[in-house]
Amino acid sequence: MVNAIEVMIGSALDNLDLVQALTDSVTAFMKFDEDAAHWVGMSVRESVTNAIQHGNKLDLDKKVEISYGMEPERLTVTVRDQGGGFQADAIPNPLEGDNLLKPSGRGIFYMRTFMDEVDFRPLATGGTEVHMVKMLKRGTSGSL
Amino acid sequence: MEIKKREVGDIRILDCSGKITLGEGTMTVRNTVRDILNAGGKKIILNLGDVNYVDSSGIGELVSTYTTVTNGGGQLKLLHLTKKIQELLAITKLLTVFQVFEDEQAAIASFG
Repeated sequence: MVNAIEVMIGSALDNLDLVQALTDSVTAFMKFDEDAAHWVGMSVRESVTNAIQHGNKLDLDKKVEISYGMEPERLTVTVRDQGGGFQADAIPNPLEGDNLLKPSGRGIFYMRTFMDEVDFRPLATGGTEVHMVKMLKRGTSGSL
Repeated sequence: MEIKKREVGDIRILDCSGKITLGEGTMTVRNTVRDILNAGGKKIILNLGDVNYVDSSGIGELVSTYTTVTNGGGQLKLLHLTKKIQELLAITKLLTVFQVFEDEQAAIASFG
């Protein structure tokens, strides 16, 4: 590991722009191209939104921890909440049937599309850790 | 996020700029479209050319707006999708749902 950054935020949606700015700085530092940086930023934003809204249920006493691990060829981001746990497999496929026109349920699908790895891990404390990896593909678009 | 409203005949064109994300951005779209529908408007064009950021909640709001307008007997068209919004709609099969235009006159003419 060359560099690591760990931050802790309160469970307020206003903090999403703070996380976005930090993620944008990390991807710029690592020299991801514009498209890849955008999708990483969106994926982290989606994950932190879920942690604040669905994990911690906007409880200001609960925190969200975000960590960025920067290696020469890959960025690892983990997002941990203090909620009651989460079953990623229980999320309906947003591409199927009536789900297509539902107003919600696309965030995790986008994360899985734009990141190279996305895993959901239960924490011993009861919350959820989302583990995401984006490989740095030099000389390519980095998109999709 | 900011929305500027224009009218061409009975067509309402909403020039959107900024971010459509969870919270303020999504509420701005929702409230603006609701006001148009309440005032009897049925033909709406959402110009997204200057929208620089959309998250899944923003995409959800576009879907919700489409459903609300359609169920109310109206029509909603999308104009000037950015490359990134187009990608987000495409991978969730929503490009098959919306009528999308690159040319404003073509969007206006499509209402018939």
